[in-house]
Amino acid sequence: MQISRLLKVGATGAAVALLAAACGSGGSSSTPSASPYAGPVGKGEGTLNVLAWPGYAEDGSTDPAVDWVTPFEQKTGCQVNVKTFGTSDEAVQLMSGGGYDVVSASGDATLRLVAADKVQPVNTSLVPNYADVFAGLKDKSWNTVDGVNYGIPHGRGANILMYRTDKVSPAPDSWAITFDPNSPQKGSVTAYDSPIFIADAAVYLMATQPDLGIKDPYALDQTQFDAAVALLTAQKAIIGEYWSDYTKYLQASKAGTTTVGTSWQVIQNLAAADGTPVESVKPKEGATGWSDTWMVAKDTKSINCSYLWLDWIVSPEVNAQVAEWFGEAPANEKSCALTADKDHCATFHAGEEDYWSDVYYWNTPSEKCLDGRTDVKCVPYSEWSKAWSSLRNA
Amino acid sequence: MSTVTPEAPSDGAPAEAPQRHPLASWFYRHPRTRLSLLLLLPLGWLLVVYLGSLAMLFVTAFWQVDSFTGQIERAFTFDNFVEIATDPAYYQVALRTIGIAAAVTVLAALIGLPMAFYMARVARPSHRALLVALVLTPLWASYLVKVYSWRTMFQPETGVIAWLLNPFGLDSPGYGALATITTLTYLWLPYMILPLYAGLERIPDSLLDASADLGAHTGRTFRSVVMPILWPSLVAGSIFTFSLSLGDYITVQIVGGKLQMLGNVVYQNFTLNLPFAAAVATIPVLVMVVYLWAVRRTGALDNL
Repeated sequence: MQISRLLKVGATGAAVALLAAACGSGGSSSTPSASPYAGPVGKGEGTLNVLAWPGYAEDGSTDPAVDWVTPFEQKTGCQVNVKTFGTSDEAVQLMSGGGYDVVSASGDATLRLVAADKVQPVNTSLVPNYADVFAGLKDKSWNTVDGVNYGIPHGRGANILMYRTDKVSPAPDSWAITFDPNSPQKGSVTAYDSPIFIADAAVYLMATQPDLGIKDPYALDQTQFDAAVALLTAQKAIIGEYWSDYTKYLQASKAGTTTVGTSWQVIQNLAAADGTPVESVKPKEGATGWSDTWMVAKDTKSINCSYLWLDWIVSPEVNAQVAEWFGEAPANEKSCALTADKDHCATFHAGEEDYWSDVYYWNTPSEKCLDGRTDVKCVPYSEWSKAWSSLRNA
Repeated sequence: MSTVTPEAPSDGAPAEAPQRHPLASWFYRHPRTRLSLLLLLPLGWLLVVYLGSLAMLFVTAFWQVDSFTGQIERAFTFDNFVEIATDPAYYQVALRTIGIAAAVTVLAALIGLPMAFYMARVARPSHRALLVALVLTPLWASYLVKVYSWRTMFQPETGVIAWLLNPFGLDSPGYGALATITTLTYLWLPYMILPLYAGLERIPDSLLDASADLGAHTGRTFRSVVMPILWPSLVAGSIFTFSLSLGDYITVQIVGGKLQMLGNVVYQNFTLNLPFAAAVATIPVLVMVVYLWAVRRTGALDNL
């Protein structure tokens, strides 16, 4: 009896505490405003917590020769802690939790971070190397809101079709091999395990079903969206495994259980370095892709280190290193002269705006159609995520 | 605490009082305070950390998120549960998960019973400690290492299982439900064997002798004498294997191919829609509550 009364008292206390906690932290959604850091950028605060795509902040632990974090630490005295993420959703979630100073956000994360008031405007005049960034990457809808810059462009690339050269022949030039229910690679196809992959299906439909009238794979009305989801549902039958963790993808590719599917250039590079015979192509239908932005957390305690990092990562030398390692087009025009492979910028079409015309950068779908249509409502990202969850679990 | 005084109390203090710490004697005279302070830490832990997080889970399940930013909005809604109930994908994944957990439990019992029997009743007593240690050995290795080794073994064409089956004209079943069940059974087997072993060891020899004296053969003794005594141990083991399988999401990610379990739904959604993930997470909790309630009715919990 004694114990049970004690329990009751305790439970009431816990409930009260919970209620207080629930009420106390409510109403945190203020409108994104705040002014950018006025500068000047002074001495570093000592530590910098970096949230980055794998391959963006290499400290030599992946490959001793690939290291642009250690020189930064030596130069600025900012100790860098790197945390990597596999999907944009993960990045948004980790940023919401706090504790990171800078983040490399793709276009499907940037606006969400701005809207959630997790990042601060960036004063580009405090980033000297910003002057050399390709004009085609500046002031874009995914890094600038109402004329205010929220980050520094990092680089861009396409989600490519990677295949095992010894198992897939002839070499594919179309996404059809990953979508056709009778694909010769049935059971060994992979796909990116994220709601944003619905856009990849939309890109394929743009080419194969023009009647649907898809202009922008991130602006899908209900009919177009349903067609994309139907395509992905049918695709599930030929999928062996989905991937979001690129190390698992590397293992599956090496073992040959995954032979063809969407990939990143860096995965191909790592697989090739590991002796796996892989090649890749940007298929004729076009591809989804990314244009990434370094952003600064709203509540950072290392504002100087953050700005030093922004300037460091888009400096000609470092941006060249990152671009070559990750296999993407650099953001800094001067990087093209500094890459180890002199043809890198040509290979990755850094300055050719034509090439990028059928690369659809990740973006966050919203109810207001991104392609400018006003007569229909588009399917927002929350619905994309529900549809993906439902598709994966059915 | 404020009333602690360095001097011993003046009235009726026994002769040995001066040797005792003043704080100790104060507690001696206030048994209720002593008990409360003693229980404060463990009970606080239980209530705040354990039950508190569970309560938080249930509360969160009734919230919603801003559709664009994914920020939690603390407004009461049943939407999450309605979605789980109306989308067939979610009861499919729930049934699949329960099915896998049940299969793992049955398999673990089928493999664990003879092993435990051998360890407890057949092996020489001097060997028992060694056998127990051997059963526990896999628990010393990292979970991930074990699961990844099963991934390698199940690899089609080149894996060990393919190599074993090839002479019979078969290939490895590859990644999927079978690989998941096998791996989970391997992972949780020690948790089934240990309670069974403890239960079997407790059975007095005299009961088995009596059964034999009365003319029962081995099968009859097993059914009528051993099993009723062993039942609570079997149930205890099944609670471990069932609940551990129910909540697992990493094994299925590594060896399950495109298969998804309830844990994966939670993992997939907690980044974008935490309340929905919380609502899904209540399913295994409910399943376990029902399971434990059913088990309690058999009386097995009293014998743990």
